[in-house]
Order: sequence, then C-alpha cells, then structure tokens
Amino acid sequence: MARNKGRANPEINSSSMADIAFLLLIFFLVTTTIANDKGLLIPLPPDPDQMEDIDIKIPERNLFKIQVNSADKMLVEGEPFTRDVSEVKDMIKEFVNNNGRDPESSDSPKKAIVSLKTDRGTTQAKFIEVLDNIQAAYYEMYAQRAGVSTEEWRKIIDNLKEPDNKRLYDLGRGKTPEGEIEFPMQISIAEPSKIGG
Amino acid sequence: MSKFKKKANTKQDIPTSALPDIIFMLLFFFMVTTVLREVTINVKQRIPDATQLRKLERKSLVSYLYVGEPKKTDQWGTEPRIQANDVFIEPKDVTLWVAQEKDKLNEVERDQITIALKVDEEAKRGLISDIELQLRKANARKLLYSTILKLD
Repeated sequence: MARNKGRANPEINSSSMADIAFLLLIFFLVTTTIANDKGLLIPLPPDPDQMEDIDIKIPERNLFKIQVNSADKMLVEGEPFTRDVSEVKDMIKEFVNNNGRDPESSDSPKKAIVSLKTDRGTTQAKFIEVLDNIQAAYYEMYAQRAGVSTEEWRKIIDNLKEPDNKRLYDLGRGKTPEGEIEFPMQISIAEPSKIGG
Repeated sequence: MSKFKKKANTKQDIPTSALPDIIFMLLFFFMVTTVLREVTINVKQRIPDATQLRKLERKSLVSYLYVGEPKKTDQWGTEPRIQANDVFIEPKDVTLWVAQEKDKLNEVERDQITIALKVDEEAKRGLISDIELQLRKANARKLLYSTILKLD
C-alpha cells in the first residue's frame, strides 16, 4: 500500500529544463553571425583581351572626372576638392541633368559618363565612399523619375522578376519602346594609375 | 483590517512553468537563423560603410573573396593578401578560382555568378583592380563590394 502511494505520481523533474535550454540558447547566441550580404553592386566591363580596340572619342563635356590619388586626395573636374564627398552627389546630378544648357557640362543624360580614376595606393575606404556617392546620385535621380523613394528604388532593382518592378525600372531608366535607354547609369572605373604607391 | 490580512495570504511567486517553452522558442529561432561559418577568415576585416546598399537576391550564386592584411603578420607579412576558401592566393590565381566556383553551379546559372569582395578599409586599390582584371578575364562580371550600412 505504501509502495502504491509512492508510484501514484510518477513525474520527471523538469526544473532544470530551463537551464539546459538556456545553455543551448547562449551557445547559439554567441556563435551566430548574421550574414550580411549587402554592398555596392557594380557590373564589370568585358575581358580587355576580347574587346576590340576602338578609339572612341568622348567629348570632354560629357565626362565628369573624379580622380583620387594615393593620399586619398581628390580632383573633381580637374580641380582640387576638399569639401565633403557627399557634395559630389549634387554635382553629378547637376552634370547629368544639364541637357546641353551649360556648354561645359553634359549634352544629355544618355551621353553623360562619370569617370572614377584612382591610384594604386588609394585606400578601399575612400574608393567606396566616392563610389557610394556616385551611385547615390544616380539612384536618387532614378527614384525621382519613377516616383518612389531611393530605398524603394534599390529594392525594386534587386527584384526585377516582378512585372510591377520591371515597369518602374523601365520608367526610371527611360526605356523607349525600341529598347533604348535614355537614362543609363554610366560609371567608368578606370584602371588605377601607378604614380606614387 | 481584514482586507490587508487577505492580501498577505495570496501566493507571491510568479509561475515559471512556461519559462522552458519561451527559452526553447528563442533557441529554435537562433538555431534556424544561424549560418555556421565555413571558412576561418585569416585576414583583417574592417568593412567600410556606405549608404546605397544592394541586397543579393540569390545566395547560392555568390562566392566570397576576402582581402586584407593577414592576421598572423609574423608568418605572412603585413601586405594585404587575398583569401579564397582557406588559402591565400595571388591575383593571377583568381581566374582558376572563379572557374572552380563556376563548376559548383548549374550550367545555366554559371554566367550569373556574383563575386562578393570583402575588402578591408586599408587595402589598396592596386590589389583590388588586379582582382577585377582577373574577374573580367574569367567572365565573372557581377561584383559586389561588401559594405555595411552607414549610420548617421
């Protein structure tokens, strides 16, 4: 009888369950690295060996030149640039949207090219900072044309499979029915110079 | 007076029977989201920040290259190096590495391979442009410079 009484309530002591779970939780918390697969996406030009060597003359006015030397100092359109890099963004917007008004600036957005030339000794940090601002200028102009915010625009171009996104993408880039793009993003990243490594 | 007495009699402890369930929930969350690192990164990685971040749509198409100053400077020197998988490679070996990475993908998707360059802030453009040239030769022309979001 006394034995039965002892068996009446067979229960596993689960009070330490929380502790075990805590231990596992802390292990995963510590080992977790949340992957960040974000960054600045750029398309590279084709293999230089397979490109035909055609000398294309680009008029000076259609080029917006940014040069960075090995000490991370900048030249914008041939003049030393000491202000904040973010001002380059507005300069590019003005340059691209010139449409032939200023004879020193671009003919049309279609012909405008932003050229970024660095030195072999330029740090990646500076390069990223400048590239970020160039891309920001274009993304903001595109977003404005498509009537969305810049963040939304970047999300749109990351997911072009959706027809709605594709439509906005074509609108922003000014794609004509013939398939020509009126507002291309032309960023030329020149091969770095070797002066002063 | 009797009112106070009653209050003193009520149970004071918080029921903790749901605690393991809550902890398990958190545990499962972290177990599911965790990506175990496949390679040990042997180079310094101070990733620069930027504002115009793009997200990669398909992670299976992404291959990583790490560039920076080696962590073990007495063994490898202080010059920035390129790390692919677990070894240091020279810029000229990048073409071969891309070919190997492409072989891992489906035939139809090989052209869509994206190379994510995780470059230390202090690395010089010279080395990066050498990699870019090799990538162009290997026909891997989608390039992502890994950055983190700039916070104002």
